[in-house]
Amino acid sequence: MIQAILVFNNHGKPRLVRFYQHFPEEIQQQIVRETFHLVLKRDDNICNFLEGGSLIGGSDYKLIYRHYATLYFVFCVDSSESELGILDLIQVFVETLDKCFENVCELDLIFHMDKVHYILQEVVMGGMVLETNMNEIVAQIEAQNRLEKSEVRQVL
Amino acid sequence: NKNSCVEAGIRGICVGRCKSKEAEIKRINKELANIRSKFKGDKALDGYSKKKYVCKLLFIFLLGHDIDFGHMEAVNLLSSNRYTEKQIGYLFISVLVNSNSELIRLINNAIKNDLASRNPTFMGLALHCIANVGSREMAEAFAGEVPKILVAGDTMDSVKQSAALCLLRLYRTSPDLVPMGDWTSRVVHLLNDQHLGVVTAATSLITTLAQKNPEEFKTSVSLAVSRLSRIVTSASTDLQDYTYYFVPAPWLSVKLLRLLQCYPPPEDPAVRGRLTECLETILNKAQEPPKSKKVQHSNAKNAVLFEAISLIIHHDSEPNLLVRACNQLGQFLQHRETNLRYLALESMCTLASSEFSHEAVKTHIDTVINALKTERDVSVRQRAVDLLYAMCDRSNAQQIVAEMLSYLETADYSIREEIVLKVAILAEKYAVDYAWYVDTILNLIRIAGDYVSEEVWYRVIQIVINRDDVQGYAAKTVFEALQAPACHENLVKVGGYILGEFGNLIAGDPRSSPLVQFNLLHSKFHLCSVPTRALLLSTYIKFVNLFPEVKPTIQDVLRGDSQLRNADVELQQRAVEYLRLSTVASTDILATVLEEMPPFPERESSILAKLKKKKGPSTVTDLEDTKRERSVDVNGGPEPAPASASSTPSPSADLLGLGAAPAAPTGPPPSSGGGLLVDVFSDSASAAAPLAPGSEDNFRAFPKHPRISAGGSEFVCKNNGVLFENQLLQIGLKSEFRQNLGRMFIFYGNKTSTQFLNFTPTPVPRCGLDSLTRTHLNLQTKPVDPTVDGGAQVQQVVNIECVSDFTEAPVLNIQFRYGGTFQNVSVQLPITLNKFFQPTEMSSQDFFQRWKQLSNPQQEVQNIFKAKHPMDTEITKAKIIGFGSALLEEVDPNPANFVGAGIIHTKTSQTGCLLRLEPNLQAQMYRLTLRTSKETVSQRLCELLSQQF
Repeated sequence: MIQAILVFNNHGKPRLVRFYQHFPEEIQQQIVRETFHLVLKRDDNICNFLEGGSLIGGSDYKLIYRHYATLYFVFCVDSSESELGILDLIQVFVETLDKCFENVCELDLIFHMDKVHYILQEVVMGGMVLETNMNEIVAQIEAQNRLEKSEVRQVL
Repeated sequence: NKNSCVEAGIRGICVGRCKSKEAEIKRINKELANIRSKFKGDKALDGYSKKKYVCKLLFIFLLGHDIDFGHMEAVNLLSSNRYTEKQIGYLFISVLVNSNSELIRLINNAIKNDLASRNPTFMGLALHCIANVGSREMAEAFAGEVPKILVAGDTMDSVKQSAALCLLRLYRTSPDLVPMGDWTSRVVHLLNDQHLGVVTAATSLITTLAQKNPEEFKTSVSLAVSRLSRIVTSASTDLQDYTYYFVPAPWLSVKLLRLLQCYPPPEDPAVRGRLTECLETILNKAQEPPKSKKVQHSNAKNAVLFEAISLIIHHDSEPNLLVRACNQLGQFLQHRETNLRYLALESMCTLASSEFSHEAVKTHIDTVINALKTERDVSVRQRAVDLLYAMCDRSNAQQIVAEMLSYLETADYSIREEIVLKVAILAEKYAVDYAWYVDTILNLIRIAGDYVSEEVWYRVIQIVINRDDVQGYAAKTVFEALQAPACHENLVKVGGYILGEFGNLIAGDPRSSPLVQFNLLHSKFHLCSVPTRALLLSTYIKFVNLFPEVKPTIQDVLRGDSQLRNADVELQQRAVEYLRLSTVASTDILATVLEEMPPFPERESSILAKLKKKKGPSTVTDLEDTKRERSVDVNGGPEPAPASASSTPSPSADLLGLGAAPAAPTGPPPSSGGGLLVDVFSDSASAAAPLAPGSEDNFRAFPKHPRISAGGSEFVCKNNGVLFENQLLQIGLKSEFRQNLGRMFIFYGNKTSTQFLNFTPTPVPRCGLDSLTRTHLNLQTKPVDPTVDGGAQVQQVVNIECVSDFTEAPVLNIQFRYGGTFQNVSVQLPITLNKFFQPTEMSSQDFFQRWKQLSNPQQEVQNIFKAKHPMDTEITKAKIIGFGSALLEEVDPNPANFVGAGIIHTKTSQTGCLLRLEPNLQAQMYRLTLRTSKETVSQRLCELLSQQF
């Protein structure tokens, strides 16, 4: 199970935080900070897996992360998930963002926070992988966009 | 464009605009106040504005600020009929979960409506919300409804997917609320669904359900195998969208392989064969050239491969597949991709515990050691440490411990403590040579003293105290280690404790004379913390006992203001009490109070477990093994012995053994290392006793005559019988003993028809080296008639008094003339120390209490030996009673063992003796342990009794 999905930039500013296990808000913030410090000190091109921080359960959990330009994508998972599978899932998620935003960048995550959440919801649900087929995910998002547009037209 | 208004709102509060944390907080508080006033304002907000403000709140929350309002507006939004409003409302509720029960009632109501709406989009949103929040209230409300949606024939694929994961979440939160029922069999059949997304979600659900209800879901095994088989054997284009970088449905394959790990290998040979085929295909594909250079391709392919290997390891039944898996992981150990090296190390750890592959894993030891030295990444090095630990056994323990120690010098701080523990455990578990163990632990302290926890240094002290063969070495080694100008405080503790106990063992060397030892320890004193200084004070008072010559020096130190008037009450009290003790107590009292620490109690249970595990007939090497394994086990398993930990609050507090008495062990603590000691002593004993039974010397006088009776050892456990017989003479015995006195009737029978002339039998006490100064036995007898007629018998009475304990039996010299020749016979008289035994009955509790009191290494003697006679319980009992001790029934927790107790009476002293005999029928061996308050008594009794079995 995926416990949490954390996206933050190179300065540790959170850009997307989603917990699938309930933590008090204060602890959520601490987990983000702790995770940031854990991955920040790691060079690029080394292993993408490391043991989870103490707050999220220590060695029973793994942090699986990828670093893209200015952003870190970190999935905190328990032992029931395949490390390489999750690594590919991050890639699927990012590629989908890229498709939906046309060259996604950090600002897209800030200004379209709701959209990013909706895309994530098509990939992960309640901590479990919902869909891995990018075409299917993009089709769902496009259907949402059509619905939204039709509603906007109704208002106008 | 309205969407850009949301964007603008967020842009307004974007951190990028704020120069400092304070400015950001100020800006956000302003924004929060603004939103709050909008929500509370008289003017009803339209859906769009609500959406905008809720979205802002989510962003503010993301930045780490508490949001304590807006929930009601979110509930209004999710109750709306407009999709976009409903969507943001649900999102807010999912991210900012709130436990307000009124709110939850409203939310549940809205969810119920959406689930019933038959609008797949709305149903999806509602299911997402349940799955993301996953609270018990939601489980109560929807655990009945969700399974119905999942298995309904007309549910759309995307809703089925969501329903499966939603149900999984509810089951995780509240398994009691999810009723098993008709739907379970239909869920299993979702594994055959056309839509691979549905199959993936269903596989996740079934995996979790099957872990708790394996019987209910066991039909999923064959379905999962056939699904997996279809995926694995498909061409990469067959599955279209679910093919990821040329790998067909990797996520689903991984999930199916996980599901199969909930079950043992399939029983149906057809299913089993098909699964083996799948696993072989996956292993074969790993050897094919990659279809793409992209890392995604290799990741997806290897994700499946690693999961297949996990399943092979889980089944642990096909040696062929296990070896292939091990070879594959071996290849990955050298792969250029760090991730693969990491995962290979991790998988190998589990493989190392399989008996089929443990040896195969061990062949990679050099690669793993190399990884420890060269990997740039700490998480990979950590896995290498784990694997070395897992692959360690007796054959490679020294190498692995050495490598771990050398890695420790540069290891990351985050994993040092773990490595220290692992080294300590391995060093103890596989110690053959305890000098090596002591060296290893001292190295640990030197290299990573800060990470050496109390348990580790307590343990080394326990082991040194319990093993007398290593005490001298330990004293010498700590003494040398303390020479370093800067040594870790933990080393000072270990050094202080060990020198306080065993400093005398190295005091003969002028380079480590008592004063040198003391000055060395005292030079560290002022740099140490209070607990360490307290420990050192105890060491000093122990020195007062061990080395009277340094007493004045130590008294001066104790008398100093910095001790007697120390601000710390513990130090002050110790200084006052120790100073007083050293002044008023006599040497004897000092020696008693400051006696060497008794061995730490050990856990009996692990020893028994080990013995049970031992199989097969005994050989000499087995004996070595037995000894080694026992001694390893005697010193506890991996974790520190709980008994000693609980009964000994800390060595420093209990250094004098004055603390609370340790709790009674469940069984008498077996000796550690006693075996070797006894071997040494028994060798020297037989060398010093040329008259040992059966030796040539007994019959010096009759070189021409065949020996008839060996005499001797059979009299240890009985008092009457024929002592000696040849063609001329028969000697019979009848004796009785009471306390330290005895009377022996010796009957000399002339077997010939001719007279013996000048017949003079003389019993002579033979003693050891100190016989010149001390008499151990007094023998008084009257001369007999010098003429013994043919066929006649004469009697001689010998009165015996035992003065002190002795080793060597007296000798009966007989001289007479027979025919024309002068005859001379020497026979050992069977007067042995055990004849002065008085049996003592005692209860189990008393026995163990005394056993514990007699726990100094010198007081205990142990012998492990092969049975010379059939191992018969009744005969053994009779022998122990004949030996003179009481046979204590129902005292030993193990009914197969024999324990006895008694008192050896001599004129000068009475010595309490406890004995324990542990037969090992499988190995045809015995272990005999003697504990008495006198070392020489323990030794002699052990020798005597050992010959009897």
